[in-house]
Amino acid sequence: MSGARWGLALFSLAALMPLPGHADTVVADLSSHSIAITTGFTGASVVLFGAADSGADVVAVVRGPERDVTIWRKAKVAGIWANADSVTFANIPSFYAVAASKPLAEMLSPAAAALYKIGTDNIKFEAKSATDDEQAKLFAKALVDVRKRDGVYSPTHQKIAFLGDKLFRTTFYFPANIPTGAYLVEVFLVRDKDVVGGQTTPLVVSKVGVDAAVFDFARRDGLAYGVIAVMMAVMAGWVASLPFRST
Amino acid sequence: MDVYLPVAEVSLDIFVLLGLGAGIGFLSGVFGVGGGFLLTPLLILIGVPAPVAVASSANQLVGASVSGVLAHWRRGHVDFKMGFTLLMGGLAGSVLGIWLFSLFSKLGQIELVISLCYVVLLGTLGGLMGVESVRAMLRRRRPGGPRRRLHRHTWMHGLPLKTRFRKSQLYISALLPIGLGFAVGVLSAVMGIGGGFLMVPAMIYTLGMPTSMVPGTSLLQIIFVAANVTMLQAYTNHTVDAVLALLLLVGGVIGAQFGTRFGTRLRGEQLRFLLAILVLAVAAKLARDLTLRPSDLFVIPSDNHL
Repeated sequence: MSGARWGLALFSLAALMPLPGHADTVVADLSSHSIAITTGFTGASVVLFGAADSGADVVAVVRGPERDVTIWRKAKVAGIWANADSVTFANIPSFYAVAASKPLAEMLSPAAAALYKIGTDNIKFEAKSATDDEQAKLFAKALVDVRKRDGVYSPTHQKIAFLGDKLFRTTFYFPANIPTGAYLVEVFLVRDKDVVGGQTTPLVVSKVGVDAAVFDFARRDGLAYGVIAVMMAVMAGWVASLPFRST
Repeated sequence: MDVYLPVAEVSLDIFVLLGLGAGIGFLSGVFGVGGGFLLTPLLILIGVPAPVAVASSANQLVGASVSGVLAHWRRGHVDFKMGFTLLMGGLAGSVLGIWLFSLFSKLGQIELVISLCYVVLLGTLGGLMGVESVRAMLRRRRPGGPRRRLHRHTWMHGLPLKTRFRKSQLYISALLPIGLGFAVGVLSAVMGIGGGFLMVPAMIYTLGMPTSMVPGTSLLQIIFVAANVTMLQAYTNHTVDAVLALLLLVGGVIGAQFGTRFGTRLRGEQLRFLLAILVLAVAAKLARDLTLRPSDLFVIPSDNHL
């Protein structure tokens, strides 16, 4: 994507944006509302851009589809490291990234951050199995660490850069192992350490082309897929042995 | 150059996958083992989720084994009667194995079970084969030494259903190969492998088959056991990545042909000694991983998203 096109996009957005008399508005959009996972997919970048009232700060959160997650803790049993105990959490975002115009602690009160679930510390962890609070907390923290290492939770918040005092932009990076599904991008306007406005934009991550067809087939009709996979393997084995036949 | 695998949902370098396939195919041709016991752990190591690695390896073993069997068959080194007798037990065993696999997955212990199975079986077999092959090589150097008795009578020869296996020059109970096939079928489905590395020594030492007949016959039954595992995995767990399997195959089927030619130039005991070293190396690596403190005590099993 060329810089000139972005400049134009930002310019037209700024020009068209209705700026009513009262403050506390934020308008934002993504460079693309869908990420297509193709055969050559190695990750993707999506630009978030928009305009906010001057003097205010902006925080953006990207959240992947929510799923139940089980995390195990290993312990030494008879000299061997084995999965010993586990906690299952309900509805945990499969992807989480934050971008902010200032360090989070500096611009947002802990109460506001908790209310709007901004930052990996404020993801709501609800244990499905009966566990005491202390253990649930420990496992929740570990889950965030594992996800950060896998690259699906952003380790630190990214910088939102302001161009002038109204226009802002930032780039979110999505690694190759991102889960598919409906994502939500929330943009919050922050003033005096509190959220005063916001906007939500959808983002869809999906497989396209041959990959989508293969994946759908594998899910929809497992038996036929299995038959074809086996036949394909038999054919490949037979074809490969042909050049060696004469000897 | 990276390629996205649709079922595994990860991107991997296409040349790494092709090279991995070629290396495994070569071993498959030399030893008559499918190579799954190396392929599955290596796939997990490069980032393929464990359930997908297990199921896709089974798929690639089908093709690699077809290629290997054809090469051995042209030399007349396949005992079809023995192969299909083994297979009867093998198919029943793999159905039970797939059930156990999903049971241990639900309990969160499948990876531990797989590792323990590998360490115990590879360690025992590698050790036995290594000792035996070294003895055989020493005997060959000292021709005056005592010769091994050709045939030893044990309780196994008293079993009913005596059957003649002409190609292998054996007259033994059909229950022996059926039982062996069943045991290997269970373990191979749980461990996600064709089971050749168990089958080959068992055929040599327990059934007493001639070494030349073993690789081709073992590969013949691996074709069907691996095909059965592929179908069951595709049907019950949707974890077979055909794109991954095809890439591994392209390298693998060619590697297998070269491996077969290389293998015929080596003597039986040399072949067994090399396989023993390979098997022991994998066992040692897995044992070390089980006993060393892991870098991260917390794990999220990869089958969470399935």
